[in-house]
Amino acid sequence: MAEATTAGVWGALAEFTAPEKLLAACRGVREAGYKAFDAHSPFPVHGLERAMGLRRSLVPLFVLVLGLSGAAGGMLLQWWVATRAYPLVISGKPLFSWQAFVPIMFEVGVLGGALGAVSGFLILSRLPRHHHPLFGSAAFERASDDRFFLSVEAADPRFDREATLALLADLGASRVELVAAGDGAHGGGRSGVIGEERGEELR
Amino acid sequence: MSAHRDGVGISPREVSLPASHLLARGAWVAGGVGLAALAAGWLLGAGSARFYAAYLVAFLYFLTVALGGLFFVLLQFATRSGWSVTVRRLGEHVMGTLPLFVVLFVPVALGAPKLFSWMAPGAAAHDPNLAGKALFLNPGFFYLRSAVYLVLWGVMAWWFRRRSLAQDSTGDPAVTRLLQSASAPALLVFAITLTLASFDWIMSLDPHWYSTIFGVYVFAGSAVAIFALVILLALVLERRGPLAGVITTEHYHDLGKLLFSFMAFWAYIAFSQYMLMWYGNLPEETIWFGQRLGHGWLGFSVALALSNFVLPFFFLLSRDVKRRRVTIGIGAAWLLAAHYVDVYWLVMPSLAAHGVGSGFRLDWLDLLAFVAVGGMFLGALGLLMRRPALIPVADPRLPESLSFENM
Repeated sequence: MAEATTAGVWGALAEFTAPEKLLAACRGVREAGYKAFDAHSPFPVHGLERAMGLRRSLVPLFVLVLGLSGAAGGMLLQWWVATRAYPLVISGKPLFSWQAFVPIMFEVGVLGGALGAVSGFLILSRLPRHHHPLFGSAAFERASDDRFFLSVEAADPRFDREATLALLADLGASRVELVAAGDGAHGGGRSGVIGEERGEELR
Repeated sequence: MSAHRDGVGISPREVSLPASHLLARGAWVAGGVGLAALAAGWLLGAGSARFYAAYLVAFLYFLTVALGGLFFVLLQFATRSGWSVTVRRLGEHVMGTLPLFVVLFVPVALGAPKLFSWMAPGAAAHDPNLAGKALFLNPGFFYLRSAVYLVLWGVMAWWFRRRSLAQDSTGDPAVTRLLQSASAPALLVFAITLTLASFDWIMSLDPHWYSTIFGVYVFAGSAVAIFALVILLALVLERRGPLAGVITTEHYHDLGKLLFSFMAFWAYIAFSQYMLMWYGNLPEETIWFGQRLGHGWLGFSVALALSNFVLPFFFLLSRDVKRRRVTIGIGAAWLLAAHYVDVYWLVMPSLAAHGVGSGFRLDWLDLLAFVAVGGMFLGALGLLMRRPALIPVADPRLPESLSFENM
């Protein structure tokens, strides 16, 4: 059943006029058992992660691992240069003078941590990516202006065209629509599968 | 969770220390124990240099904690912080003990001739280096400067504390504006006096040695100590105490972040001081580290680095550790204790090099002096906390502080 009704549909999109309504809707969708949904807001909304039931981000783990690797690598490089590659005695100090290597170790550690933060963020949010089906919705442009959106993916096992849209409408959405699947390669984000059904507006 | 989480209309009584609370009940006892310990130390030490050395360490330990309180309060006003309003009063109570240190300085003043080798009569006669510094390092000017620091700190602390307490009953927002504009010049005075005091009371123990970063080093340790103490006080007062419901996980998280960052700042300053002198390798500079990396102090120096930075760095790194009351309490208690290692490390090896003691060896006098100053400090803190509200109930930013969240 789901196969037939969700063919060519990326998911459902609901628009809200206030952050409180978005928070309530997130709770509602989560309580209804949906997993693959996301919230979109023009500014950070306090308590949104909790309402969505998000797990802690894994970015800190990337920072820790790459920071420590950077620090270790920085020290290792200097050890190799100073004692193996170019063993020079400088101002009578030992070849491996760790004191002098600490600032470089620190800097490379910070560099590793920063790269870990950026790459972790990009990998975990699957960026860069040149298009997203949601951009096919004209209404979605206001997500960076004055509207709050909740999107539910058709990939969610609970997704059902009619029931999901009805749930979103019940949760206080001012507007709901189905968003077509599509990679935007055929112009304007139009899907090759359901074509005209793109951005179907129910209300 | 109290009914007043929005921060409007809390009466000072609701958030005051009950007379039955240990901090209030035990205040006179703590002070009495402190005095007794001081007397015992005085008798046992018989006015020896070792007694004065132990006392100087204890005095500096609690003084840096109290000065940290002054810094904490001035910082919150200077940055016009909203988040910290509920915990600011704890810092105000801690800095309220500063006038006590005028009295606590008396044994230091008495012992100074035994502690500071440059005070010995004729010390400068055969030492051109000391002769050149005599304009600054002479007993008269030393005592005068000491008095000026102590009086300035006491006056600043009381001036800020009295106005903040008065706001509880008047609710006048002009008080907040006045203290905000006064905080910046006060921070300037704080920075200069703390730097000079650390030169006078610690650096001049080895009068030939100098480090321009020394004041910042002492300041960094004192900042770590106050964030640790504020966390511990908040935990004690929240647990079945008057602050239940007005201090949230978010406050511990932010205090924990500040504790962590100032700990890293301390390590940064400590290593900067060490590395530059190690690199330059000038005997008049390296001698100070020579005293600490040999002569029975090497293990102690390693313990200093481990206890004040390496272990707490990895312990406090995680967000969850800062947000859980048990773990942040352990971290804060650890760093507050580690601050003693730091002060001990600053004072004792220098004195050992000048004939007071030798390698690292704890003495009963160290314990007695610690109990002496600590008892009086805790007693004064308990008395200061007894009457007034433990949070600034009429501060215009209190609702903001109670509702804030870390993103």
